[in-house]
Amino acid sequence: MNNNLVVSTSPHIHRHESTATIMWAVVIALIPSGIGSVWIFGLSALWVILTGVLSAVVFEVLIQRLRGQEVSVLDGSAVLTGLLLTYNLPPVVPLWIPVVGSFFAIAIVKHAFGGLGRNIFNPALAGRAFLLAAWPTYMTTFHAPYDALTTATPLALLKEGKILNLAEMNLTYGDLFFGGRAGCIGEVCIGLLILGAIFLWVRGVFSLHAPFAFIATLALFSWAFGGTALFSGDWIFAILSGGLILGAFFMATDYVTTPLTLKGQAIFGIGCGLITFVIRKWGGYPEGVSYSILMMNAFTPLIDRYVRPKRY
Amino acid sequence: MSLSSLIMIIISMVFINNFILSKFLGMCPFIGVSRETKPAVSMGIAVTFVMGCSSVITWLLYRYILIPFNVTYLRTITFILVIAAFVQLVEMIIRKFSITLYRALGIYLPLITTNCAILGVTILNTNEFFKDSATLPGSFILSFTQSIFAGVGFTLALLLMSAIRERLEFVDVPESMKGIPIAFIVAALMSLAFMGFGGFKF
Amino acid sequence: MKKLIVEFIKGIIKENPVLVLVLGLCPILAVSVSCVNAIGMGVASTFVLLGSNIIISSLRKIIPEKIRIPCFVVVIATFVTIVEMLLKAYFPVLDRSLGIFVPLIVVNCIVLGRAEAFASKRNIVHSIFDALGMGCGFTLALLIISSIREILGSGKIFGFVLIKGFEPASIMILAPGALLTLGFIIAFTQLKKSKGKEL
Repeated sequence: MNNNLVVSTSPHIHRHESTATIMWAVVIALIPSGIGSVWIFGLSALWVILTGVLSAVVFEVLIQRLRGQEVSVLDGSAVLTGLLLTYNLPPVVPLWIPVVGSFFAIAIVKHAFGGLGRNIFNPALAGRAFLLAAWPTYMTTFHAPYDALTTATPLALLKEGKILNLAEMNLTYGDLFFGGRAGCIGEVCIGLLILGAIFLWVRGVFSLHAPFAFIATLALFSWAFGGTALFSGDWIFAILSGGLILGAFFMATDYVTTPLTLKGQAIFGIGCGLITFVIRKWGGYPEGVSYSILMMNAFTPLIDRYVRPKRY
Repeated sequence: MSLSSLIMIIISMVFINNFILSKFLGMCPFIGVSRETKPAVSMGIAVTFVMGCSSVITWLLYRYILIPFNVTYLRTITFILVIAAFVQLVEMIIRKFSITLYRALGIYLPLITTNCAILGVTILNTNEFFKDSATLPGSFILSFTQSIFAGVGFTLALLLMSAIRERLEFVDVPESMKGIPIAFIVAALMSLAFMGFGGFKF
Repeated sequence: MKKLIVEFIKGIIKENPVLVLVLGLCPILAVSVSCVNAIGMGVASTFVLLGSNIIISSLRKIIPEKIRIPCFVVVIATFVTIVEMLLKAYFPVLDRSLGIFVPLIVVNCIVLGRAEAFASKRNIVHSIFDALGMGCGFTLALLIISSIREILGSGKIFGFVLIKGFEPASIMILAPGALLTLGFIIAFTQLKKSKGKEL
């Protein structure tokens, strides 16, 4: 089995980089945010991350052995899946939660389709959606930063409708930017996430079409329709809250589950932004980033069908 | 009836209570006709058309015959016969007038007669928009909207599924998962994704 | 007598309508939330299957070839209506949880399929055993799927708590759980059929 398992129907831009190099680069880019989160939420976040990553690796090895394939765990894809899954979990959960989530992500979302490069849906996000539907209580209990008290995330407070703006939450944009709020492990430290994203962008790992379209669409709609009157929504809050930055830069840019062409990626991003806005505004869940990416994953083959890559 | 209740029905039928992904109506064509995009779209259009027409016919039948004569227990038997006769009629008309249209859509019509999605939507309409033999206000428009958008949701799921399955043709899915099982796993993951719209309130 | 037993057994294992022939999926997915529902649906479908097989088999020489399908549908729909009324009168709770899938037995491909493929060609006794076999096969498949879903999804079986301390994954009694369970069960039967090949 060769190492270049990126879907290869188009002339891909970053052909010269092997799968392993890219995967490990993304893992490295994600690490600062994880460290920041452990600093903010304490050691329990570290245990969740380690359990998730370790179990993802173990399941990957077991399944590849079982299927009689060459074990390719060193390409970093299982580590990345485990990492992204745990970054989408609350900092305090029973440790079997990341284990079950990793199993679902690796065994069902990835290997039932034939393994790396063949999956339709983002394994980490599907794992999170599975956990959220299976054990909603654990998945929606969040903790305040630097504190053991349970509290709601800013978006959940907004959804309840009692608190309408940042000032009433006793938060500032600075708090949101540096992670001083309740939320999932990997999503709170926006500054460190952006640092990682810049590192990846400079290395040419992803193009900015999908993330930019995603963030711009969500900001635009939140500004126009998010507030009480037209064009009065708090779009900076919309960008800095929830899992938008994590989702837009690290999951809406996945090679396998997003469109191949740049135009397709832009469409993907716009779709994500629109769905996220609709869920945040009218949906039952406070946050829609992960669901929006999953839904657009389902649209990806269709987008690829109609937005063909240019022939060189 | 108001605009917001219509929008609620549309969103609900297309995403939240999607006939295939959440109500499990019309699984057979979903699995059977979802290998390629083109037939999937044709099937979807045919189903949407028959759903819309059936909802009108069965609404009239229920409102003006079954209820006045107090024989609502004959609902199942009359609905299935009327739908079957109607589909037969449409097939004959299409075959007579346009052979291209017949080739594109007509061949799917016989498959639709015993499709539970069609009978399902008409029964759902009578359950929801008639209460104890009384017609709820706006029930005709609500029934029609519900049926058309149930068809749209069906078409959407079928279209997405077919594009995904076309892509899966090129990769080596494990032997035991090939065909129907992987289609079910894809459907499960799509259903999981669409759960994001759960609790939608407009 | 031996032949009759063969007719009965084939519906359960070799030609299991759900697991092998992959028919009648909609009710399987929709009502397999709990074992009680599964039994209710299984018995109701078996009753319709039995009734329609008996009537169609005994009328098989009278029904004209050309309009046989509408005739079958009328017979089946009659029995479905009987089931609907019985359920409404005696089991209102079950009737509510099965919902629209009771009237939808009329479009269950297993019932029409047996009428067309078996009862319209064979005598009454054979048709009875065929209907019972197919009905049991359907109920069995339904029971397997619903017990998996009920155990994993609500930690119970037939409403009794199975293991204390087990935290049920509520997703299994939701829509994705149904599709996942059925997908893996069919994968398992495919695996059994093609044993020896790559997993």
